[in-house]
Amino acid sequence: MSSTLFDKVWDSHVVRQIKGGPDVLFIDRHFIHEVTSPVAFLGLKNRGLKVMYPERTFATADHNTPTMNQHLPVQDPLSANQLKALEDNSKAHGISHWGLGHEKNGIVHVIGPENGITFPGATIVCGDSHTSTHGAFGAIAFGIGTSEVEMVLSTQCIMQPKPKKMRINLKGQLGLGVTPKDVALYIISQLTTSGATGYFVEYAGDVFENMSMEGRMTVCNMSIEMGARGGMVAPDETTFKYLKDKPLSLKGEAWDEAVAHWKTLKTDPEATFDKDLTFDASVIEPMITYGTNPGMGMGISKNIPKADSLEGGVATYKKSLEYMGYEENESMLGKKVDYVFLGSCTNGRIEDFRAFASIVKGRKKAANITAWLVPGSHEVQEKIKKEGLLDIINEAGFVLRQPGCSACLAMNDDKVPAGKYAVSTSNRNFEGRQGPGSRTLLASPLMAAAAAVTGIVTDPRDLI
Amino acid sequence: MAYDKFNILTSTAVPLPLENVDTDQIIPARFLKATKREGFGDNLFRDWRYNNDNTPKESFVLNNPIYSGKILVGGKNFGSGSSREHAAWAVYDYGFRCVVSSFFADIFRNNCLNVGVLPVQVSPEFSEKIFEEIYKDANTEIEINLPNQTITILSTGAQESFEINSYKKENMLNGFDDIDYLQNMKDEIQSFADKLML
Repeated sequence: MSSTLFDKVWDSHVVRQIKGGPDVLFIDRHFIHEVTSPVAFLGLKNRGLKVMYPERTFATADHNTPTMNQHLPVQDPLSANQLKALEDNSKAHGISHWGLGHEKNGIVHVIGPENGITFPGATIVCGDSHTSTHGAFGAIAFGIGTSEVEMVLSTQCIMQPKPKKMRINLKGQLGLGVTPKDVALYIISQLTTSGATGYFVEYAGDVFENMSMEGRMTVCNMSIEMGARGGMVAPDETTFKYLKDKPLSLKGEAWDEAVAHWKTLKTDPEATFDKDLTFDASVIEPMITYGTNPGMGMGISKNIPKADSLEGGVATYKKSLEYMGYEENESMLGKKVDYVFLGSCTNGRIEDFRAFASIVKGRKKAANITAWLVPGSHEVQEKIKKEGLLDIINEAGFVLRQPGCSACLAMNDDKVPAGKYAVSTSNRNFEGRQGPGSRTLLASPLMAAAAAVTGIVTDPRDLI
Repeated sequence: MAYDKFNILTSTAVPLPLENVDTDQIIPARFLKATKREGFGDNLFRDWRYNNDNTPKESFVLNNPIYSGKILVGGKNFGSGSSREHAAWAVYDYGFRCVVSSFFADIFRNNCLNVGVLPVQVSPEFSEKIFEEIYKDANTEIEINLPNQTITILSTGAQESFEINSYKKENMLNGFDDIDYLQNMKDEIQSFADKLML
């Protein structure tokens, strides 16, 4: 029988099917961080349970961590308390813990792939919605709640009804200055933030086949923003090349055997999807959001839509524009920007810093801009130095910070003040997401760089 | 038992007819720093509910004494965004046992079911009817009948069925959770794991 990539991975992990209920799904890799795990460990303790497979769980500190002076004690007592809880819980249960100061520390969705913890055909969960990132490797990866973290810790399983399947085909050529982030924001703008709810997405077609691993991660990362549980790309030579010789990847014969299996992980030609969509890559421009959810995005040359062009939700739409301080039908070009954030699990990888550096090289930071450049991991930080990007960034007047989630969700000190505008490479522009009252414009690293050197919203194509 | 059993709930309801209410609004990130599951109800809709000086915003529905009850009626795509279970905890901790919407985000729906909040998805038309009746009379009672899987506006008798899979329904009726179920499967899980390559 023909099956999809998603079917192959899902079905091979079902321990038991419950009639009229969910599947019991075995989880290969479980990532935990300081924010959504403490209550789960407390639950284990209260029930007198142990971690069933500690070697399948990996802990990192990222959501709360400061991005400056990481060698000093964490100032915020609540953050420090959560970080300590993660360390203590990991130790007590024999879980590997890459805490603050560890050479492998970084954002959970950055360190998983770069260490070879993530692999094709795996089932991967984490108490974080952007776990969908790991789908770039042909894994089924999705975010879970804290009760589910407790479930996975204690039994390595989760109970989920099998989602419906959607395929998103993207055909043609991407234009100049159009990045994987723009592809993601474009698809979400077409589907809306609820357009893929109930589905697991497979990204297919030549654009994704030709895309780098890091680009695929950016697209899969944003799958959750159109409501999907996750997104995935079939593993191929690009995937294997990325994973080969990573610290925790298989070695020797075991590697060869695994690759032979991973090559079978693709959708059969006759397999069908519950929904099959096709988009034309050539119409995608550098994207920017103007509203308060990731679906409210548009090409940089377009104008903010008029409320009467919408099908519904006009009250919500108007509330959103009021929050942002924008009017219908305005252009975003030339709009005031106060902050620029490069980083997060969406765009905190080395390719993102290369892109940023390509624009700021030989230019200077605009005086009105506060820029937070935050690598996704220590490894990314080291590469930035080794590749000479740090010199370019410094010469342009920018400072590199230390790894973590940072201003993406503003659980540390990196908060955009109320009323201020941030061009952000992160994934969410919800009200107050980057600090109470902050206003976020989601964009690619190229767009962020363009704003950082001009001080206003600028089409990055003008600076390439 | 993980939470209070759910059977038939009859209550007035609180209307929040906005679309795409994301979990960052339900509980902002800065309130996720606890290591225990306590006190989240105080910060439910924190930034919509309070001014910067911590005085209540009169315009927000939770500060309007006319509306109260154990049912929250939201707009389409309720609970989108972050996977934080804290959002469902905040809803429960505040005193809601049921959220009604014409469309839920996936993870939020799952989280609700895991913590004892019943997500009831209704048609857009029925959702409109509920808002209409509540705005006409804030004392309008709504009955959520989990055994029969029905939601009824008691004043008009308007009724609709809602979906819930039979396993989750049993759990809610008995106050059980998935962890209770999985604990009895450990041998089966072990032999499954032994056959995996990685």
